[in-house]
Amino acid sequence: MTPLTAYLLVAALLFAIGLAGALTRRNAILVLIGIEMMLNAANLNLIAFWRYGPHPEALTGMMFAIFSIAVAAAEAAVGLGLVISIHRHAHTTDVDLMNRMKG
Amino acid sequence: MGFVFYVIVALTLAGALAAVLLKNTVHCALALTVAFAGLALQFLELDAQFAGFAQILVYVGAVAILVVFAILLTRGSETPKDGVFSRTWLAGLAIAAAVFAVLGWAVLGSAQALPGPGGARTAPPTVTVLQIGNALMSRYVLPLEIVALLLTAALIGAVMVAMHEKAGTQ
Amino acid sequence: MFANLDQIFVLLKQWAVGWLPASWQAAAGVLLCVVAIICVFPGLFAITVLLERKGLGRMQNRYGPNRVGIFGILQPVADGIKSLTKEDLVPLSADAVVHFIAPVFLVVVVFMGYAVLPMGRNMTLVHLDAALLFYFAIGASTELSVFMAGWSSRNKYSLLGAMRAVAQMISYEVPLLMSSVAVVMITGSLSLDKIVAAQNQYTWGLPHWYIFTPWGFAGFAMFAIAATAETNRSPFDLPEGESELVAGYFTEYSGFKFAEFFLGEYVGMLSISGLGTTLFLGGWSSPLAVLGWVPSWFWFFAKIMLSMCVYIWMRGTLPRLRQDQLMNFAWKFVLPLTLLNLFVTALWRFMGDGWERWLVCSAILVLAYVVMGRTGMHRDHLGARRYRYAD
Repeated sequence: MTPLTAYLLVAALLFAIGLAGALTRRNAILVLIGIEMMLNAANLNLIAFWRYGPHPEALTGMMFAIFSIAVAAAEAAVGLGLVISIHRHAHTTDVDLMNRMKG
Repeated sequence: MGFVFYVIVALTLAGALAAVLLKNTVHCALALTVAFAGLALQFLELDAQFAGFAQILVYVGAVAILVVFAILLTRGSETPKDGVFSRTWLAGLAIAAAVFAVLGWAVLGSAQALPGPGGARTAPPTVTVLQIGNALMSRYVLPLEIVALLLTAALIGAVMVAMHEKAGTQ
Repeated sequence: MFANLDQIFVLLKQWAVGWLPASWQAAAGVLLCVVAIICVFPGLFAITVLLERKGLGRMQNRYGPNRVGIFGILQPVADGIKSLTKEDLVPLSADAVVHFIAPVFLVVVVFMGYAVLPMGRNMTLVHLDAALLFYFAIGASTELSVFMAGWSSRNKYSLLGAMRAVAQMISYEVPLLMSSVAVVMITGSLSLDKIVAAQNQYTWGLPHWYIFTPWGFAGFAMFAIAATAETNRSPFDLPEGESELVAGYFTEYSGFKFAEFFLGEYVGMLSISGLGTTLFLGGWSSPLAVLGWVPSWFWFFAKIMLSMCVYIWMRGTLPRLRQDQLMNFAWKFVLPLTLLNLFVTALWRFMGDGWERWLVCSAILVLAYVVMGRTGMHRDHLGARRYRYAD
């Protein structure tokens, strides 16, 4: 197994764990945690491809990962703000109970 | 694939699994931090120093703290009565397993076509922070500006969304 | 002779490592440096605590410790023995694992910051290209330890203290980073070695320290404020305000774990003083060209001990802020000024070498300070105190 394959498999496993978390947990914050984990798995892929790709001096993969980190931070901030807002409104963070369109 | 690689991978995956499986939400957030730190170590292992430190700074320093704050503000640390997993957990698990199976099949199936060192490990690319800065300010200046705009919008948006609703506006 | 004295620790290390086989030398050298750091800074911690207790005592018209040893100089030793022999209490409802990890994590993280600080000529443990980023990444992790300590104790005072501390540290981390970015803009490097080297030049015998420029002075002032808040020191010591929260996030810690928090706090102060010294006060370079023969490490440690004295002085002088004042100060005063300082730094960089840039940069900063400090903050409870009486 080449290093790149190993990193890709690790990233795939991490993505699957994050997906499982996002799909199975009740708490909205833990759903967000799962999504963050999936984003991170993608970052690992980008960095691994940058490192073992034919043109590491082009920096594209690394740049993509850095931008992705910044976007993930923004996503977390807004997502958690929404969770807090929903909790204030509906007094729950259970995604199974958030099934109404009306406030 | 040295010993260090396996230790870091084990740390990352253990943290990720704990973050998904543990009952107490705060424990999940702390386990998530371990997973993030493990990923940062993998970035360092891949000679991406800047990305690794940025990962620690953003995820361990900011996102993890944000998550625990949100948990405490929403009383999320109290274990709910009807279990922590959704009613449809089996379907979710099946989907995740299927996704992993497809991804793993794709990766292993294309292992021959992937670029990578056949035998000898390639020399690590020497990327200085200066090069990253120059690239950010020349070739990637448009994405940089867009990210700046996005972060500003997210900052204002998060504050607006989480702010107390004034009485009578509903 | 003086050159050897300057490099005495480097030479000592090489001599000690030279006894080992060649393949072990690199690892042994690093290990030796780590051991040295782990021994030296707790020693400085002991000296600082003694200095603080004596100095605060003098400021408050009392003697301070004067029973153990001559003039009380053995007081830190007595304190250490006391905390080691005390019973280690863990509350029954506490989360035992997290409760245990928190202080250990804090101490480890705080010591890691020293890895990149240049403590003298050729005296940096790890030469990282992104050293400053490493330092801030490590520094941001201390918040997690504070949170773990406060949350795992299952005590309302601990939790309140932790929430205050984390909110405060997150808020002041932004100005801390922003004021350091100015230095990076001028030096063009994140490497702390290069930042010191850029300041280690002299004109007419006077050093090129960044504090002697308008943006550097403003940056240093804001860095010092933010660093004080980051380390939870007075006047920003709300997280452990004794009169409100018993002891804040480490209320439920006793014995050795309490000592670890205490150590972590002071070693963190020494570390951030070292960073401020490196960024703005020329690191290990001497304050006058004629004093260049004095060993470089002497200047580094003299500068950080001097800033510890300023910490003590501030603690003895300033009253504690209120929570809303603290947040308003961070987000509405310090942060806008640091952002403006970035702009001024860019001006400084591109205006050439003449006297005009001194005038323009100083004028912008002074004007902004006056406008924001005198008018902008007036409405936000940071102006003159208004007294309200029950009637």
